[in-house]
This record gives sequence, structure tokens and C-alpha cells, in this order.
Amino acid sequence: MSHLNELTKKIVESQLWRSMFRHDYLDTPRNRVLQIMANVWLHLHPPKIRRHALRVRFTWCMGGITFLVFLVTVVTGVILMFYYRPVAEYAYADMKYLQHDVPFGMIMRNMHRWAAHGMVITVWLHMFRVFMTGSYKPPREFNWVVGVVLLTITLLLSFTGYLLPWDQLSIWAVTVGTNMARATPLLGSEGPFGEVVGVTPRYDARSFLLGGTLVGPSALLRFYVLHCILLPILASLLMIVHFWRIRKDGGVSGPL
Amino acid sequence: MAEVKENTEAKPAVRSAGTNEPAVADRVHVWPYLVRNEFICSIIVMIVLTVWSITIDAPLEEAANPTQTPNPSKAPWYFLGLQELLVYFDPWFAGVVLPSLIIVGLMVIPYVDINPKGNGYYTFRERPFAIATFLFGFLFLWVSLIITGVFFRGPGWNLFWPWETWDPHLVVAITNVDLSAWGPFKWMGNPKIFGVEMIGFVLIFLYFSTAVVFYYLRRDMSDAIRQLGPVRYGIVAFLFLTMMSLPIKVILRLAFNVKNVWVTPWFNI
Repeated sequence: MSHLNELTKKIVESQLWRSMFRHDYLDTPRNRVLQIMANVWLHLHPPKIRRHALRVRFTWCMGGITFLVFLVTVVTGVILMFYYRPVAEYAYADMKYLQHDVPFGMIMRNMHRWAAHGMVITVWLHMFRVFMTGSYKPPREFNWVVGVVLLTITLLLSFTGYLLPWDQLSIWAVTVGTNMARATPLLGSEGPFGEVVGVTPRYDARSFLLGGTLVGPSALLRFYVLHCILLPILASLLMIVHFWRIRKDGGVSGPL
Repeated sequence: MAEVKENTEAKPAVRSAGTNEPAVADRVHVWPYLVRNEFICSIIVMIVLTVWSITIDAPLEEAANPTQTPNPSKAPWYFLGLQELLVYFDPWFAGVVLPSLIIVGLMVIPYVDINPKGNGYYTFRERPFAIATFLFGFLFLWVSLIITGVFFRGPGWNLFWPWETWDPHLVVAITNVDLSAWGPFKWMGNPKIFGVEMIGFVLIFLYFSTAVVFYYLRRDMSDAIRQLGPVRYGIVAFLFLTMMSLPIKVILRLAFNVKNVWVTPWFNI
């Protein structure tokens, strides 16, 4: 036993160990704080929070679950990107390949899709909880606004991803969805005052979105880029703001 | 490894004696109390998601075929509330203006809800209008319309029970008429008198002016309206009346066969 203790001591006092871990694991108030402050992932949290913020019945954990399933979609999404080409000739075949030949391909795809649908639901429930507890009231007004933008981006992420399997379900759902763009007032070819502005089906809000008059190859590429690059970056940036402001606005809301 | 075990029970807040300082908020260490909650919660979510993903496969239909339109063509489920409203409204409204208004309307909530009560706890009694309006919009106009779109709409966007077989040839006679050719206005609309569509404009104008009338009637009696002031009151009233116009139009269509209230060469409402 004394040999073991000696060995332990030798390891934890070595330069290598101490370069990685700045404090020991002893359960002291100081270490509890360091556990949060000295950890890049955990220091999203303050070292201490108000006790009522722990109550699951108050927060439903919905914001945290939304973030977790977002991370799941990021990890599984990157794996799917290894096997998927956003080209009309290949996209559907890649889906089949992914489902039948790639090891764990089907479960990666399933997790990506169900986590994405789950995220839409949890983000709504999160908004619902925040509204019901009045947590958007001062000083948290602006964080609510950021949250609404994040909710919109969540829906757009899900919607752009919907097209990528390039099957009948996706192409027609996106056709129905993007058909709305041509009814945009002033900017859509079939929208109010579209003729006055002079937009045509080949050159209006919808063709800008799709890169053509149909949901075709260029729409697939556009949605792929939006889905894998632009929207995730936007969402991540706004999440940073969203989480940071929770702390700056005094933590999880609660009775004063 | 820890040989000294500290008492891990969180201690209650202490008010320092002899000061007028407010009680130190009842704070606990994030490590371990919050991190533990997050960890357990993550494990549960990941187990559910993994089991779900093993047992239920994501759908993949036949390859995309632009020449073969399925009937019905449904948008992703989270947009089906809006697609459902396409039955009652033109696309420029149900598909573009309304979603924009929903997003903007949600964003302005903190700036128009100046009721300081109910910040950080569940209450209905202290903010009945805010909660009732939100629940109506979220549960009735958003969630229930999505459920209708997902489970009750079949070919031709006709209503079917979930257990009914879809009849793709079902034809439902559409007998809706525009307001200017409807019931009490029929004598003006058929044969059409020039400018008869203005009835719709007048009715919509009257509908929204109720907010102005209400403002001047109640301003002296209601503290809430006075504190809101004309700008915030105007925004709340506009968004509220627009939201309430959705069920009104649905009822007008379903119960009274009114197609559009106001018809113009450019747009219909």
C-alpha cells in the first residue's frame, strides 16, 4: 500500500501531471471552485449558482438538453459528411450506401435525424418554459431576442437538412416550403406587387433561394452549404452570446 | 483518493449579523451540484436517443423525381401549422408575412410586457393576459394546427381521420364565396357593383380600430394601458388582433363559407 501511495505521489507531483492538472481532487471549497474555473468546458458555469436554479421542475433542463442534442447533430453530422456528396447524381445513392454498407451508418443517420427533430421540440419547450416563468423580463430582454433568433435558426437548420437525402419526401417537402418564397410581397413573382417591381419566376426571392426555378441540383448544393457551414456557425456564435448573457444577466432567473 | 471528506451538504444562506445588507443569496457550488444534474440528464437523454435510433429508422423514400408530385405534398412537420393556414389565407400571408410577424412578435414580447411581476417563477394570477395570449398562440394556433396537418390531412389536403383510408379521388364541393358576394352583401356583389370589395377593407379597418376605441375608453380607468403608453399599446394591439384574426377567418370559412374578406387585384385577405 505504501508503495502504491508512493507511486501515486510520484505521478501527481511529476512535471507532466502538474502541467495538465493544476489542483488535486480533494473535496474542498477551493477545489470545487477550481474544478469549474480551471476547466475550459465547465467554466461556462459560474462557480456558484442560486440553489433554486438546480430545480429540474423549474428549468426542465430544456436549454441544456437543446444544447446536448445540438452537439449530437454536430458529431453525427460530421460523420455523415464523410460519406455524403451534395450532388444530385450521387446524393441518393450515398444515402443508400450509408444505410446499407457503411458500418454504423444507419444508426448515425438515425441519431442525426432524431436529434434534429428532438432539438426542434426541446427548443420550443425551452421557449415555453422561459415564457411561463417570465424569465424574459428585465434584465434578460435581449437574451430572449437572441433565443428567438436561435429558434429560427434551429428551424432553418432542420429545414435545409430535410432536402439532403434527395428522396421524394425531401424534395417535395422543400418544394412546398420554398414555394412560399415566390409569394413574398414585392420580391416574389406571384406575390403582391411583384409585377410592379418586375420580378419574374427566374429572378425572384424563390429562385435566389433555390438557384433556379426548380428544387434541383443547385438547390441541393445551396441547402448543403447552408446546412453544414453557414447556419451551424451562426447558431454557434449566437449560442456563445446566449450562454454568456445568462451569466451576465445574473444566472438562471428566480424569485428575488 | 480523497482522505479528508468534507461535509458535502450545501449550507443554507447566512445573514451576517448586525448589517442591513440583504441576505446573501442561497448559493451552492456548481461542482458538484449542477454538474451532477447535467451529467445525469445527459446520460438519460443519450440513452433515450440511442435506443430510439436503434429501434426506429429515419425515413428514406424513393429517389427524388421532379416529375412525380406526391399527393398530399407536406412540408416538414414543424411547418405544417403554416401549411394548414394556407387553406384559409393566401401564400403571401400564411407563408411569408405571418411567419415574419410571429418571429418579430416573439422578439418584442420583453419590450411590451412591462408587468414587473412574475419574473422568475410560475404564476398565472399575476400576469393573466400574457400567459393566456401565449398559451392560445402556442397551443391552439401552433401545436394543434401542426397536429391537424400531420395526422388529419390527406390527398387534396382534405380532412381524414387517421384510421380512415385515404381516397385520392375524394372531391369536396367548394361553395365558398368572397364576402362581397356573400349573404347580406349578395345584392351588391352579384351582379357586381364597382368598388364593392371596399366592404372588406372597411370591415378590416373597423376591426383594427376597435383597438383605438378601446384605448381611449379604458385609458383613464386602466393603469396597465396608461403605463404601456400609445406606442407599446399599439404594437400589442396590432399583434394581438392579427393573431385573433386567424381563428376568426377559420370560423368565417368553416361556418359561413366566406372565402376572402377583402379581394383586390393584388392580394386577398
